[in-house]
Amino acid sequence: MAFLVLDGLTKRFGEHIAVENLSLAVEQGEFLALLGPSGCGKTTTLQMIAGFVTPTSGTITLAGQDLLAVKPAKRGLGIVFQSYALFPHMTAAENVAFGLEMQGVDKSERSRRVTEALELVGLGKFAERHPRRMSGGQQQRVALARALVIRPSILLLDEPLSNLDAKLREEMQIELRQIQRNVGTTTILVTHDQSEAMALSDRIAVMSQGRIEQIAPPHEAYERPATPFVANFLGKTNVLQAQVQSGQALLGEGRWPVPAGSPPRVLVTVRPEKIGFADGGAQALAGQVVTRIFQGNHWLYQVDTAHGRVTVIRQNSGETAPAEGEAVRLSWRQEDMSVRPAETAR
Amino acid sequence: MSAAETEDRRSWMPYLLSAPALLLFIAIVLVPLAMTVLLSFHDWGQYKGIETVFILKNWREIWSDGYFHEVFLRTFRVAFLVTLLTAVLGAPEAYILSRMKSPWKGIFLLVVIGPLLISVVARTLGWALLFGGSGGVVNKALLNLGVISTPIPFMFTETGMMVALAHVLMPFMVLSVWAALQKLDPQIENAALSLGASQMTVLRRIVLPQIMPGILAGAIIVFALAASAFATPSIIGGRRLKVASTLAYDEFLNTLNWPLGAAVAVLLLIALVLIIVGSNRIIERRYAEVFR
Repeated sequence: MAFLVLDGLTKRFGEHIAVENLSLAVEQGEFLALLGPSGCGKTTTLQMIAGFVTPTSGTITLAGQDLLAVKPAKRGLGIVFQSYALFPHMTAAENVAFGLEMQGVDKSERSRRVTEALELVGLGKFAERHPRRMSGGQQQRVALARALVIRPSILLLDEPLSNLDAKLREEMQIELRQIQRNVGTTTILVTHDQSEAMALSDRIAVMSQGRIEQIAPPHEAYERPATPFVANFLGKTNVLQAQVQSGQALLGEGRWPVPAGSPPRVLVTVRPEKIGFADGGAQALAGQVVTRIFQGNHWLYQVDTAHGRVTVIRQNSGETAPAEGEAVRLSWRQEDMSVRPAETAR
Repeated sequence: MSAAETEDRRSWMPYLLSAPALLLFIAIVLVPLAMTVLLSFHDWGQYKGIETVFILKNWREIWSDGYFHEVFLRTFRVAFLVTLLTAVLGAPEAYILSRMKSPWKGIFLLVVIGPLLISVVARTLGWALLFGGSGGVVNKALLNLGVISTPIPFMFTETGMMVALAHVLMPFMVLSVWAALQKLDPQIENAALSLGASQMTVLRRIVLPQIMPGILAGAIIVFALAASAFATPSIIGGRRLKVASTLAYDEFLNTLNWPLGAAVAVLLLIALVLIIVGSNRIIERRYAEVFR
C-alpha cells in the first residue's frame, strides 16, 4: 500500500463541489505536484490533507493510519503557505524553533536542529533576523526550514514560489528540488504554474473542476496528454480539424495515418515545437507566416493554414528563418501528433 | 519673476495654506489653554473674587491637601481599571467578531459601534435606570425574585462608575484591536496549528503578541478618555465620588474658585500627557518589530 492514500475524497461547499471523488496514491519519498487552474480544487485537497478543511466524504490514509481521525495539530505535517505565514514577532530562529518547542524537544537539541535547518536552506547567518527585515526569498526559506525542522511525514507546499520574481523563482525551484532530494521527505506541491510542476515533481496530477484528469511523470503528461484539458494546460498546443479518408487524416496536401476505427472527422493535436518547415515534396500543410517573434533561444511563428492558425516554435539554431508573409510548408512526424474524434472535443 | 523668488514663494506656501487652520487652532485651543494655565496662578477669595497676581497658592493647596490626592488617585485608579476591563473584555470580543461569518460579522460590529451613536449621558442614565437604588429595574426584579436581599450598590460607587465607563468606552478598544486583527495573516493560525500548537497556545503565543499593539493603542485611547471623562462620573459618582474633571467643574461653577479649578484641570492635563507619551514610548520600543 502506498504511503499516502486519498480515496474517494469529496468536498462540497453548499451547492459548489470543490473536490469530487478524488483518489490518489503517493509513494514514500515521492514529489507529487497537484497542478491546475485556480478553483480546480487543488488547494482544497491540500487543506484536507493538512486538516484545515474536513472532507464531505472519502478517506485519507497515511502509512496505513486514518489521517482524518487525527487533529491538525497532531498530524505532524510540514506546511509551507503561499503567504509563508511566518510569525512576525519572532526571529527566524524562533520561527523555526516553534514546532520543536511544541513537540517538547529540549533546549540544546532544539537549538542544534534549528541551526541545522537554517544551514540547510542557506540562512545560517540570518537566525536573529525578524521576517519583516528579510527579502521574499529569505522568508520563503525560513518557511521551508520551519516546515522541515519538525521532520514531517509529508511536506505540503501551497504555491510556495508564486510570490517571488521570475529569476528568484527559478533559483528556488532548483534549490527546493535539491533539498527535497537530500531530505527525502514525501512532498506534495500545489501550483497553477505548469513549468514549476514539471521542473520539481516526480509525478504531476493535473486537476480540473475538482477531478484529476491525469497522473503521470511530467514528460509523459506532456508528450501523451490523456485529455484535451491536459494537452492545453501543459504547454501550448495546436488543435486542427481534419477529415478522415481511407484511414488517413487529410491536412492540406499531407496524409497522416490515423488509428483504425476513427470517425470521419477528427481533431489532430501537435505541439508547436514538434512542427518543422518542410522543403517541399514531403507531405506537408501549406500556410503563410502571419507573425514572427524573436525570443532569443527560439522563434515563435503564427502560420495561417487552411485548417486554421498554427503556432510553430523553432530553435534559433542558425538556419534561415522564414519572414512574415512568406509561404511555408508545415510538417511533423507521425508519432508527434495525437488524434481523437471531433465529437468529444471540448 | 526670478527663480529665487519662485523658490522663496514656494517655501512660504505651506505656511500660507495652513495659516487659517493654524489661526483657528491658536484662537480656540492654545490661547484658552495658556489663559487657564495663567489662571491657575491667580489668587481667589470668598469676598475679593479673582485677583490677577502670580502666586503658587492653588498648586500648594493641591500638593498638600489629602482631599486632592484622593480625587486624583481615584481618577487614575478608575481610568486604569476601566482600561484593564475594556482590554480583558474587548480584545476577545474583537477576536470573536473577526472570526464570525459574513452577515453576522457586520451586524455585530454595528452592535459594538452602535452605542457611539447615542449620547454618553443617555447611556449612563440607562445604567442608573437599571441599578439605581432599590428602584432600578434590575435591582427591583432581583429583590422581588428573592435573589438578593439588599439592592446591588451601583450608584455612587467606584465599581458602578467603572462598569458604566467601560461600557461607554468599549467600542474604542474593540475597534482598535479589530484594526490590528485585520493585519493578521489569515493562514498564520493554521501555520501554528500545523506545527503542533494547541488552540490556546496559538492564541497566547501567536495571535496575542501580534494584536498587542492594537490593545495598547486602544488602552491609551480608553485611559485618556476615562481619566478625563465628565458625564459618566458626574452622573454615577455625583458629588460624593469626585474625579478630577468633576472636581474642576465644581470649583469653577459651584465654589466659583476659578483659579483652583484651573490648577486641577491643568494638573490633569499634564499628568495625562506624561502618562500617554511615556507609555507610548515604551510600547513603540517594545513592539518595534510588530509595528513595522
